[in-house]
Amino acid sequence: MIFVVLLAGGFFAWKWLNDQPQDHMILKPLRKTLEANEKVFKGTLGKNKESKTYTVADAVKNVKVNGLIGIQDTIDASKWRLQVIRGAGDTLKISLDELKQLPKKDIIFDFKCIEGWSQVTHWAGVSMRDFMEHYHLQGFEQMQYAGLQTPNKKYYVGIDMKSFLEPQTILCYEMNDAPLPMKQGYPLRLIIPVKYGIKHLKCIGTMFFSNSKPPDYWAEQGYDYYAGF
Amino acid sequence: MKTVLKKHPLAIRWFHWINFPILGIMIWSGLLIYWAYSKYTLSVGNRQLFHFFSPGFYKALKVPHRLAEGMSFHFAFMWLFFGNGLLYVTYTIFSGEWRYLLPNRKSFKEGWQVLLHDLHIHKYVPPQDKYNAAQRIAYTAIIVMGFGSIITGLAIYKPVEFGWCTWLCGGYESARLIHFMLTIGYCLFFVVHIVQVIITGWNNFQSIVTGIEIFKPITPEPQPQMQIETQPEEVQPSPIEPLPNEEA
Repeated sequence: MIFVVLLAGGFFAWKWLNDQPQDHMILKPLRKTLEANEKVFKGTLGKNKESKTYTVADAVKNVKVNGLIGIQDTIDASKWRLQVIRGAGDTLKISLDELKQLPKKDIIFDFKCIEGWSQVTHWAGVSMRDFMEHYHLQGFEQMQYAGLQTPNKKYYVGIDMKSFLEPQTILCYEMNDAPLPMKQGYPLRLIIPVKYGIKHLKCIGTMFFSNSKPPDYWAEQGYDYYAGF
Repeated sequence: MKTVLKKHPLAIRWFHWINFPILGIMIWSGLLIYWAYSKYTLSVGNRQLFHFFSPGFYKALKVPHRLAEGMSFHFAFMWLFFGNGLLYVTYTIFSGEWRYLLPNRKSFKEGWQVLLHDLHIHKYVPPQDKYNAAQRIAYTAIIVMGFGSIITGLAIYKPVEFGWCTWLCGGYESARLIHFMLTIGYCLFFVVHIVQVIITGWNNFQSIVTGIEIFKPITPEPQPQMQIETQPEEVQPSPIEPLPNEEA
């Protein structure tokens, strides 16, 4: 009797779940669970989250190129500007040379793709914390999210502010001590070791801050919005 | 006249049958995830014997391009898998059921004898008890494997927050490999388990549903409760308690 109840219960629970509406390509209750998981695992251990680091000798020379969405091979670095939207009609424009004036930070870590592969890779650029401080953007650190977009707006990510400001997050312009290759997001990309590769946006055009979730390319395709470690 | 014996407590039956579909969903969604980077092979030297898995296998099961869906199921049902496993372990500890499940000093020798008997190499029937030695080893190993899946799973899922799990597993890639191998282990366990259940027959199978096993006096096969009686030094309650006899 109990067995029949269990069998029927299991069957109807499964049917109920699969009859639920989709929320950005996945079933709504599962999307809600992913969001709940984020609360469980986000920053329960101390203030700073840091990925394990490696030595230069550990870093691979052939760095995998996995996605080219939003990448343009016609970017002219002399004309390119990082556009930081501070408010309506108030956009800060920063050149690559200006960014290079700030202290350079190297990071060698195990880059992890959501597909399952990983590679120890070597990157360098400006620490996000230094960047926010230098350009007097700390006021925006109280907001919930940061959003990034490629200049052509074809690729875009949203990142929770805590992860965005982790000490290892950098605005990266070098790979293996050389300027960032075109396919790795020249002239500037995000490196955020506490997230899957899908969040490491290549070729940054615009940066903005928001209390609601900025649009996120892969979250719209059914992936976890948080996608963090 | 039949003898009706209590075999499996209600809680154990619940844990067993709840685990079955949940583990199924975990393995299926795990396959959807694994597909996105399915590089593991079985090789001897330079010779590849088997690739996990062939394009035909994936196509037949409609696996390709469902990584996001797989992750959404995996990271929801992991809670049920973990919760059910935790309750089962807690129950076996507090109810005393662990006494029939954990291997003891004799189990490894007897387990070997069970294997020889089951493969029809030896005629000697080792002591059966509620679970024989091979069952004790298998049912304990599967719990150790479940624990391993949680640790290796955490190591891949949250390699920064649970960096110590990743370290314990020998790194991120090694954790993923062990997580995969454990899953293959569940599949092999499942195959052997089903074969054994079919060989043992209906009376045994229905007992994991109903909780009771019915013995007719004329049945010549070895009866579990006899084994209990040969161990009077055991002070624990007998795992199979005779009920008042029922008329046939």
